[in-house]
Amino acid sequence: MSKAETAFAAQRFGLGPRPGDLARIGSDPRGWLLAQITAQPLRPAALSDLPPVADRIAVLAALRMARKAAKQDGQETSGPAGQAPDAKAKSAAGEGANLRQAYLDDAAARCVAAIDSDAPLVERLVQFWSNHFTVSGQRPVVAPLALNFETDAIRPHVFGKFADMLLASTRHPAMLLYLDNAQSVGPMSRVGAQRARGLNENFAREMMELHTLGVDGGYNQNDVREVAKVLTGWTVSGLGGAQRARFGKAGFGKGTMDNDDSGSGFRFLAVAHEPGDKTVLGKVYREAGEEEGRSLLHDMARHPATARHIAAKLARHFIDDNPPSAVVAALAKTYLDTDGDLGQVTQQLIATDAAWRSPAQKIRTPNDWVIATFRALQLRGADIGKRCLVALRQMGQLPFMAPSPAGWPDQNADWLSPEALMTHIDLARLTARRVATTIDPRPLVSEIIGPGISPETAFQINNAPSQADALALLLVSPEFMRR
Amino acid sequence: MFRRRDLLMAGLGGGIALAGVTGPFGLSAAFADIPGDRRFVFIVLRGAMDGLNVVVPYGDPAYRNLRNQLAMAVPGEPGGVADLDGFFGLHPKLVQIEAWYKEKALLPIQAVATAYRDRSHFDGQDLLETGGVTPHAIAEGWLNRSLAALGGQGRLGIAVSDQVPLVMRGKVEVASWAPSNIPEADASFLGLVEAMYQHQPQLAATLTAAISATSFADQATGMTGNTPGMDNAAAMKTRPAQQKPGNAQLQMFSAAGKMLADAKGPRIAVLEVGGWDTHTGQGTVEGRLGHNLELFDAALAGLRQGLGAAWDKTVILAATEFGRTAAPNGTGGTDHGTASAAFLMGGAVNGGRVLADWPGLASGKLYQDRDLAPTLDLRGVTKGILRDHLGIAEARLDEQIFPASQQAKPVPGLLRRA
Repeated sequence: MSKAETAFAAQRFGLGPRPGDLARIGSDPRGWLLAQITAQPLRPAALSDLPPVADRIAVLAALRMARKAAKQDGQETSGPAGQAPDAKAKSAAGEGANLRQAYLDDAAARCVAAIDSDAPLVERLVQFWSNHFTVSGQRPVVAPLALNFETDAIRPHVFGKFADMLLASTRHPAMLLYLDNAQSVGPMSRVGAQRARGLNENFAREMMELHTLGVDGGYNQNDVREVAKVLTGWTVSGLGGAQRARFGKAGFGKGTMDNDDSGSGFRFLAVAHEPGDKTVLGKVYREAGEEEGRSLLHDMARHPATARHIAAKLARHFIDDNPPSAVVAALAKTYLDTDGDLGQVTQQLIATDAAWRSPAQKIRTPNDWVIATFRALQLRGADIGKRCLVALRQMGQLPFMAPSPAGWPDQNADWLSPEALMTHIDLARLTARRVATTIDPRPLVSEIIGPGISPETAFQINNAPSQADALALLLVSPEFMRR
Repeated sequence: MFRRRDLLMAGLGGGIALAGVTGPFGLSAAFADIPGDRRFVFIVLRGAMDGLNVVVPYGDPAYRNLRNQLAMAVPGEPGGVADLDGFFGLHPKLVQIEAWYKEKALLPIQAVATAYRDRSHFDGQDLLETGGVTPHAIAEGWLNRSLAALGGQGRLGIAVSDQVPLVMRGKVEVASWAPSNIPEADASFLGLVEAMYQHQPQLAATLTAAISATSFADQATGMTGNTPGMDNAAAMKTRPAQQKPGNAQLQMFSAAGKMLADAKGPRIAVLEVGGWDTHTGQGTVEGRLGHNLELFDAALAGLRQGLGAAWDKTVILAATEFGRTAAPNGTGGTDHGTASAAFLMGGAVNGGRVLADWPGLASGKLYQDRDLAPTLDLRGVTKGILRDHLGIAEARLDEQIFPASQQAKPVPGLLRRA
């Protein structure tokens, strides 16, 4: 193994080296990566203050009730429109502010977890899979649940079975709310009949298109409807009165097959479940309540189209925008042979020579670039997460704010625009000026870029007019812009 | 301090050489390829806009029952649509552009679709932007190929967005710009970066485009910020995106107008508007759709204001990837559908009428028994504009800009006769 591979391991598979990391990784970079593959990845210290999802849902429920109360009072009084009675409006505004703050705290904690990580392969994969199963705060209700989603549904499974991650993602309140499954009701169910509510196809379609089979995975519009029916009744636990308003009294009669898991925030509401058998991709799912959905998701996870979809996405992330088709095929085969064991798929990726071919081809996303910057410069302090967020906002990639259920894009053309490059340069400059008096850029270059540095980059950094300029040049060098 | 915007004024003085930059957007002569110095703006409406509640066919006898609780009220009723032609009405939140209809500068289009007939947002947007017939078969957008047809030099095209949308990506280099409040790096530093990128064609070309766009945009819009950035949490409160969502959008639209109006500015711009994926809480007048339309309407007014006198030479096309189900879903919204509405706007548009070959909403008339059926090819509309407004030859439109699109003939008569 060359020293270049050591740097490459930290850049491509990790989140960018910190000073001293290359020495710590040593002469066996593949071994360093493999050692990070453990059955249960540790929860980073930065996430230790994250409250359980049920607590956040309780605040959401309180907010909904307060808003409803304020609205009702507003309608009853004859005052000018929009002038709601103070106490209830204030209570709603207070809960809303708490939730916004909760999101900001979570997003900052996520930055810190990445900046401080000693197991950066784990963090990269957590972020990769969290983006694969995107829940986005573009729907405001999702924002204060997104880190819980990543921590509860994604992190435990990054080296486990894909089927388990899919099930955990589908059942998580953040996903149930983001893609509307929480509201979807079987038209022939008791709730459907009494409340004139019905199906919502949103989750069913995106689950097949984005999470599992891929858009060319062979499903049709009828399959989308049938999947939506299978998953009716999969809703959020603990929304209380808000739920009652939606599902009516029928929603609170106990069905025999009810499953209310308030700890995880999932609830199977039997009275909202569409009765009868369903057929998806030619297979009949006999009426079995919640069990139907579990068995459907299991089949989705094992489908060959899912294997291809996942393999191609991983290869695109770790190799380049157009990975060799043989590599994709080999990863898909491992996926199928191991029943979707993501630890083994990751091992295979690390063992793939194409993933080590330099120079690096992938442009770092703004998120990766900011994290790599904070790691390289060893920026520290109590407000580090907040500072990270300021930079990410400026670059248009706040955590958990992807523009669509497809998540953040993952190809060079998506990130290398003139506007984006100028923002990189401006931020590099600003950051470098802050730390220039404490960091000597010349030794840092070999710590961060490693032996693969080009003569042009080395020359410009060594001959920069100031220490601040040298640091800023390092941050926008071709070697640092890519991974 | 020597700032990027001064780069423009000084004609690249300051002792640095920036290869390939001959002025922020080249000389105005660079635009001689567009007849009459015309402007074109394409707005990507991402998320599948529910055309049936935007350009509302209130005169269709099936509309009210089919739409049920989502049906818009007829003109004259409380919350009623603004009548257009006795059959179609405009959503009441579109106040500004309704006035444009009266001055014949708005041409609403109904039952229009791309070549796409499935229901994935991402494949649908791919065809909307690439102009192809198979998703992900082409890696560049039809607007970039149009720029090539117009000569491809200068900085003719600009994406007013953090990133360049697919519709404008391709071989011809384009600028992109978004408001920023970080202090700018100065010209001498940019010179060092450029030297560092000398053997990095992709990064070097992007840098060149960025320098031009920034210096030009600063001048044209009077917008730069000097508030602290990365190290100051207070900056989060001043960043446009942190304001109400509509404000940031309005700022982008208004800036686009100003840049297009500038004598040395770009002539073709692309903008993006999201928020149309109304699976729940869609509402009628109020609700998610009405709110989004209100913001969009205000942004369009800002675009027109920015354009000033150039409005008369402008065509704006706003289109979405597909429409939504004709009937509401079970959760107060609509799911993914097929045909939708689009808008042509601008002083150069032959508007004041609705362009539609109305397929009807009666039960046998719906596409796959659920969606508004497409009767008009969006590529034909776009080709009509590219041919008659920008002067691109029809053969080129049929074969290169919209590959294999001969059947989608350019729609004639979309433009006001000069």
